[in-house]
Amino acid sequence: MGSYFWEMIAGTTPALTLPLKGRESQGTPSPSGGRRGWGWFIKRWPILFSAIALAITTGSTPAAELRIGLSGEVTSLDPHLLASQPNLTVARHVFESLTDVDPQTRLIPGLAESWRAIDATTWEFNLRRGVKFHDGSDFTAEDAAFSLQRPLSIKGSPGGFASYVRAIASATAVDAHTLRIKTKYPYGALPEDINSILIVSRKNALNAGPEDFDAGRAMIGTGPYKFVRYQRGDRLELARHDGWWGKAPAWPSWDRVTLRVIPADPSRTASLLSGELDVIEHVPSADIKKINKNNNLRVTQTTSWRTILLHLDQYRAQPPGITDVSGKPLAKNPFMDLRVRQAISKAINRAAIAERVMEGLAVPAANIVSPGVFGHNAALKAEAYDVEGAKKLLAAAGYPNGFHVTLAGPNNRYINDEQVLQTVAQLLTRVGIITRVEAMPMSAFLGRVRKEETSFALLGWGSFAADLALRSLVAAPNPDKGYGAWNWGRYANPRVDALMEQALGSVDRNKRETLAREANTLAMNDLAFIPLHHQVVSWAMRTGLNYTPRTDEFTFAHHFTPR
Amino acid sequence: MLNFTLRRLAQSAVTLFVMSLLVFTGVYAIGNPVDILINPQADQAEIAQTIARLGLDRPLWEQYWIFLKGALTGDLGKSFAASIPAIELIFERMPATLELAFMAMLIAIVLGIPLGLLAGLKPDSWIGRSIMAGSILGFSLPTFWVGLMLIMVFSVQLGWLPTTGRGATVDIFGIPVSFLTWDGIRHLILPATNLALFKLSLLIRLTRAGTREAMLQDYVRYARAKGVPESNVVRIHVLRNILIPIVTVVGLELGSLIAFAVVTETVFAWPGMGKLLIDSINVLDRPVIVAYLLVIVFLFIFINLLVDLLYTALDPRVRLKGSR
Repeated sequence: MGSYFWEMIAGTTPALTLPLKGRESQGTPSPSGGRRGWGWFIKRWPILFSAIALAITTGSTPAAELRIGLSGEVTSLDPHLLASQPNLTVARHVFESLTDVDPQTRLIPGLAESWRAIDATTWEFNLRRGVKFHDGSDFTAEDAAFSLQRPLSIKGSPGGFASYVRAIASATAVDAHTLRIKTKYPYGALPEDINSILIVSRKNALNAGPEDFDAGRAMIGTGPYKFVRYQRGDRLELARHDGWWGKAPAWPSWDRVTLRVIPADPSRTASLLSGELDVIEHVPSADIKKINKNNNLRVTQTTSWRTILLHLDQYRAQPPGITDVSGKPLAKNPFMDLRVRQAISKAINRAAIAERVMEGLAVPAANIVSPGVFGHNAALKAEAYDVEGAKKLLAAAGYPNGFHVTLAGPNNRYINDEQVLQTVAQLLTRVGIITRVEAMPMSAFLGRVRKEETSFALLGWGSFAADLALRSLVAAPNPDKGYGAWNWGRYANPRVDALMEQALGSVDRNKRETLAREANTLAMNDLAFIPLHHQVVSWAMRTGLNYTPRTDEFTFAHHFTPR
Repeated sequence: MLNFTLRRLAQSAVTLFVMSLLVFTGVYAIGNPVDILINPQADQAEIAQTIARLGLDRPLWEQYWIFLKGALTGDLGKSFAASIPAIELIFERMPATLELAFMAMLIAIVLGIPLGLLAGLKPDSWIGRSIMAGSILGFSLPTFWVGLMLIMVFSVQLGWLPTTGRGATVDIFGIPVSFLTWDGIRHLILPATNLALFKLSLLIRLTRAGTREAMLQDYVRYARAKGVPESNVVRIHVLRNILIPIVTVVGLELGSLIAFAVVTETVFAWPGMGKLLIDSINVLDRPVIVAYLLVIVFLFIFINLLVDLLYTALDPRVRLKGSR
């Protein structure tokens, strides 16, 4: 829809790139205006309107306000109710966590200035001094201990934060600024996990439920912004917390911030083009070129932590949807043969997918995590496109004539997901693996997956660390240990599992990263799943703004600075 | 009259029951909301616990029975995603949708009936022809496309009106409304126009057809022969007689405007019930979906009842009998 729409517009109205609002009209009118249909209108309106708008804007003070268009629906302001990116995005303006992450997903101090593991199961966090909540009270270790326990007390949530604190046996305040956390087992990923637990004020949140947060009563955090007004499904208004502990250059540039929720892609872009918003996140791939051509707007991008991959059934003798070329069941499951997995990997032209299908919004992948993320192995290179090699491997595996498979995936979750599915199917069919695509909304797709009706399925995954990603995606499913909850293909490799387990059990970060990298390499060389690409995440904004693009895809008003 | 109303209410109760059963089963068949909302880091035990805590592990009939017991006491369940009573979420969003729908209907009536009359009285003039041609466009262009075009032209190109969202609100009897502030009206114009377009075309065609038919009737000829001025012929004899089908259609269409403002609300990021429904369907938030559809069914029933009562006012020959 987006692409069609913009092509339509671009064909008739070259004025798309024209400045119309006064405060953005420092540029000269675009040379492309004129001749065609709308020319008369293009020539006159900008001048007239910049004059009017200038008259209006000069009357008021140049208040430092930032208006951001978010792409995901925020369901609740309660920071411990639902672990979804949109909810966390808004909550992180008001609340902070003990550990923070930088734009490249590396851990940095947050409300804790430093932390260390005293022994294999004990961690000590030194909390920042002089931190004030929005109501003026002091932030203490009591608040931190309370916040780490609160996710467990929330009962009505379908996707809470309990997962991030399940390793914690106890969290106790040693003194006002020291927090001691005991884990149930040696667990090196604790600092990563508690990055997702936002610290609320014990006094204000003790008996508060989601409705108290939505109403603003319990929205008392330590963050750079204070709650002003919330209109569900529409906007959250914030004001700078002048008692924030941060100093320049991290000091937020904006007195007021409005976070608008506009999930419809073309509408979000239009709101930016009209000057009603200063920033939008998740720029639709079809609009990026047009925005880049606009003198008043710019786009900033980075590789996201989201890896798009294909899970392959590796546990059933006769998985659903897989037959020989004549439609009869195969004697054995072809995906269990490494050569077949390699053939599939070679048959996929990742460069073409990244460039054409994803319109540049992807980087070919060979890793479970994106470049720069903890445990990434830069030595692994994305498999080259090799049709002949793929055919040879298939023949060697005993499938010279190929076979039939069904590839399932969502059509409303990842960037251009359905087109990616279609392209992969075409490429596989070219080497003899005749592939049928079943694309459906994420809700229906996950229902099919849970009923084990798929054997070849697309999934996207973002993680802070390779060992955490391996635990969910690659470790042999083991409900007792909580491994492999998203290992749809039930790939099982005891060596990978042992390395992953050792990595997660190491409180020494260097040792842990080496082990995680090793486990990642092993799983990728064995093609536990087929990595496709890492998505690229983009923001579009006024040219007068600057934002360091974040690998974790978060949009934070306080990190935008004027240029 | 009383008998009639009571009968209607009993019929409504049955409709509501059947509707809830259908929706409940339908959403259950699609999948499990926990699958889509669960924290990706959750392990198998947490997933199982969450499903059990929300009662989603029970058999469908048992889940429905629990819902029904709650519904009879006015409790339609809590939204999974927001952990707030579903009915509260819907009522919170309702003023925005009602405001949009009423504004759209107002635009459709205020423009549609006069234009339709004009086209009916002068069917062969250029103005009659252009009105009809315009109404075809209104019928055939898809709402989302027209909405985006309106945004592109009036917001992006001309900068006259805001692109998306709802403007400033003021509280009237505790209900936030935006049509009383200048900012609110500016935000309302584009989505209301977009929503009105289809209904406007419908009203034009309906009024035109009615007018053309009425103009050929004996009573019009007789009135003319009697020397009644043409304006009175149109106002008293023609308009009055064609109003019954128009009122029926307006009534029914008002319901559909409220229920199906979904596309317009999505394009214009209008924080109404329709947008809530779409978001809820995406995450299979069953309590909200069921509650929304029940509210809509109730609205339809209520509006139909109102229309029936209005008939008696417009046409004294119509009597509401228990047998209807």
